[in-house]
Amino acid sequence: MNQEGIIHADAHAAHGHDTAGGHGHHDHGHEHHEQHFIWKYVFSMDHKIIGKQFLITGIIWAIIGALFSVLFRLQLGFPDSTFPFMEKMLGEWAKGGKLSPEFYYALVTMHGTILVFFVLTAGLSGTFANLLIPLQIGARDMASPFMNMLSYWFFFLASVVMMVSLFVETGPASGGWTTYPPLSALKEASLGSGVGMDLWLLGMAFFVVSSLLGGLNYISTVLNMRTKGMTMTRMPLTVWALLFTAVLGVLSFPVLFSGVVLLIFDRNLGTSFYLSEIFIGGKALPHIGGSAILYQHLFWFLGHPEVYIIMLPGMGMASEVLSTHSRKPIFGYFAMVISMVGITLLAFVVWAHHMFVTGMSPFLGSIFVLLTLLIAVPSAVKVFNWLTTIWRGNIRFNPPMLFALGFVSLFISGGLTGIFLGNSALDIHLHDTYFVIAHFHIVMGVSAFFGMFAGVYHWFPKMFGRFMNNTLGYIHFFVTFIGAYLIFWPMHYEGIAGMPRRYYDYSAWESFKQFQSINGFISIAATVVFLAQILFVFNFIFSIFRGRKMTTLNPWGSTTLEWTTPIKPGHGNWEGEIPEVHRWPYDYKDDGNGNDFIPQTVPLRPGEEAH
Amino acid sequence: MSGFIITTLIILVFIIIYQIGKASEHAAILRGEKKVNGQVNRAIALLLVAVFLFGMWGIWACHNYFKDMMLPVAACNTGVSYDKMFNVTTAVTGIVFFLTQATLFWFCYKYQASDKRSSFYFAHSNKLELIWTTIPAIAMAVLVAIGLKNWFTVTSDAPAEATVVEIVGKQFNWLIRYPGADNVLGTRTFRKINDANNVLGLDWADPRTHDDIIAQNGEMHVVVNKPVKLIINSRDVIHDVGLPHFRMKMDAVPGITTTLWFTPTITSDSMKTITKNPDFVYEIACDQLCGKGHYAMRGTIIVETQEEYNKWLAKQQSYYAGNNPEAAAPAAAAETQPEGETANMDKKISMN
Repeated sequence: MNQEGIIHADAHAAHGHDTAGGHGHHDHGHEHHEQHFIWKYVFSMDHKIIGKQFLITGIIWAIIGALFSVLFRLQLGFPDSTFPFMEKMLGEWAKGGKLSPEFYYALVTMHGTILVFFVLTAGLSGTFANLLIPLQIGARDMASPFMNMLSYWFFFLASVVMMVSLFVETGPASGGWTTYPPLSALKEASLGSGVGMDLWLLGMAFFVVSSLLGGLNYISTVLNMRTKGMTMTRMPLTVWALLFTAVLGVLSFPVLFSGVVLLIFDRNLGTSFYLSEIFIGGKALPHIGGSAILYQHLFWFLGHPEVYIIMLPGMGMASEVLSTHSRKPIFGYFAMVISMVGITLLAFVVWAHHMFVTGMSPFLGSIFVLLTLLIAVPSAVKVFNWLTTIWRGNIRFNPPMLFALGFVSLFISGGLTGIFLGNSALDIHLHDTYFVIAHFHIVMGVSAFFGMFAGVYHWFPKMFGRFMNNTLGYIHFFVTFIGAYLIFWPMHYEGIAGMPRRYYDYSAWESFKQFQSINGFISIAATVVFLAQILFVFNFIFSIFRGRKMTTLNPWGSTTLEWTTPIKPGHGNWEGEIPEVHRWPYDYKDDGNGNDFIPQTVPLRPGEEAH
Repeated sequence: MSGFIITTLIILVFIIIYQIGKASEHAAILRGEKKVNGQVNRAIALLLVAVFLFGMWGIWACHNYFKDMMLPVAACNTGVSYDKMFNVTTAVTGIVFFLTQATLFWFCYKYQASDKRSSFYFAHSNKLELIWTTIPAIAMAVLVAIGLKNWFTVTSDAPAEATVVEIVGKQFNWLIRYPGADNVLGTRTFRKINDANNVLGLDWADPRTHDDIIAQNGEMHVVVNKPVKLIINSRDVIHDVGLPHFRMKMDAVPGITTTLWFTPTITSDSMKTITKNPDFVYEIACDQLCGKGHYAMRGTIIVETQEEYNKWLAKQQSYYAGNNPEAAAPAAAAETQPEGETANMDKKISMN
């Protein structure tokens, strides 16, 4: 069956027209006409435009979230100093040029929320699933372009609500991105648990809707719309990774949603899901029978898969980039897929390793230890496969490749410290210390980000028909790579020394005040790394308009399908028929014609065996 | 004004970097992209090696910097086991860390693009996959075995003779309750809490509450070499009793009672000598974000000899006596009694 019959909206594309996507059902005979700006670029149903919308929104949020971290790191690094510019920026929240503790906690909370959800989930999966899935599997667009459009606009709505929450009088949510009740449930417990918290919950609800709409689309598209010859085992690893990411999201985000709904009820409807025996604000509250730990279970049931939602796309993209730029197949394709299956399955059964010290039954804790350390095995397999991929390769050190290599280095570092934290007896001492901050920042905040950068630099030509500037890319890489290690490596020591996380000031603590100088050093490093990200954003924006133009279809010499479209693919991606696929996506070998690679679309030569 | 100058400087630096970037792009085109790409590639390969070496030096320098700032020897036996387990884990992960990172950077240098070589088509090897699945699995199994042995020890039930102390978190300090002479913590309920004269909501109808002692300054006294069991709770939001020197912590949850127990082996005074710090004190850190005063929820633990503890305890007044004027009278009467009463108290205390 001609798969193009499946998406009615794109039926005309078979005739090579660049036509309106917003017009729903059409027969083949209508004339070519220009789409209005609003349907082409705003409420677009073209997956490539939607991908860019996610990316640009994600970049804006990333600047905001990173800026927050610079602000609170100024407090942490220099608690005795005042910064007049802060009072100009934040008014009452930074009286005398010093962040108030309430706003410090608001900044910390929103930093986490923005970066975990709005940047590393929507900005990462949203961008690359949208951009790459149809292009790499040979589809004209997603299974439901309309739902796809909605997934972006719900994300936009969530963004508006979160943005508004930053400006309300009592301040944004400030109970940590984890928003544990009763702190987040009781307005009396914190200013940030006022209206800001209601808006946070509403924003997250919209966000979950966006993720679900996207995820369902990605899964349907991958399962149903692969071009002729594109069997599941001929899909690039990027697509596998994005498929599993979507599965993780679809199954776990609803649980967060339920936790959020119950919290909304406790906050506004007098229920006691999470509340019991509380005396606050001078009076005993009527709530009885709830469990604060229930929220943690509901939260972390998403929260743990969430970190793999963040990690998997980067893993897929790093595999792609490492392979392309070493001119070698990714090593162990099947092992890589199986390890992703393992990670996806195990991701659902390890959540309580975030809750080892909540007083849970020790037996239950031990089960989670076993499962958590199991998940280290497929991750290790992936690292060894990446190393073997570059072994005896012919490596080109362009910015995407550097970020993919950096991704591997950081994943090793951050992954290994996970082994400490997954072992409950070790976690007792390290829980809620800077060791945890070091671990998740290296693995999510840097490694996953490097995966994202590798993807942006590598597929920028596909998105905009131009290249990003290499020199700026090199500066971006080296400053960020070195700088990130300078920021987070010392934090391991602070954590081992028991220094708690989420503290506004350590000067009054005999046990922790000796870390004042290194905290200052870390803050300076963080500011420099932040500036390097601004450099990246400048490079990104300038290159869209003034970047070196793409002159060949396939500048990287890549085997995958996205490089067979025109330089600026229109709606429907391929002019004429969609190419047929004859081989797996990693035939980086001599084709007998002077090329060191054979694209997926090239039929097997007589006598050649399929991989 | 200086803020304006700094901002201008930063923008100018950005513009300069951008110009350098654009210029190098044009220069590359002029000088022949292939040649330049080759040169740049070789330069980057060297730079990566330099980064790795700098990183190795950095790890050593960082270790040097921190080594005298870390926690002293653990102040309880489970803590000592903790440190041993931590060191084993560090050794295992450390070996993996150095081997894999060195391999990564070495491969980058060795296999940089070269006209003299082409890449080697090597797509899979089941044998290799088996090796590097099995070895990590075995390593994990060993670490898990050690970890769970420690876990079950640490989370085991406290011995029957353990001293019981209750610690309740609230925004933003710790309330510590001792069971008093009857060695039993009387019942309490959140509905009777009153910050003026009943901070924990003790039920005065239960006579076992009458001798309970409450410290509101967050200072906990325990006797060295005697097991102590903490009954942990919260009045309002989730807090956490963090005891870095004992390598322990446990969440304090409203509506749920949690416990942790340990046997302190080093007195505060001894620790002052060990750390060469006369200001040393065991601190209790709140380890769960609880609001704007989270960083200020500091408590202390005084580990002392039995005599010092007895002396201290003798000076404490029961919360009931301190907050109920009628009850104070009988207590006052008790104080005027000579050694007989005190000797009785000693006997009762030694049963703790």
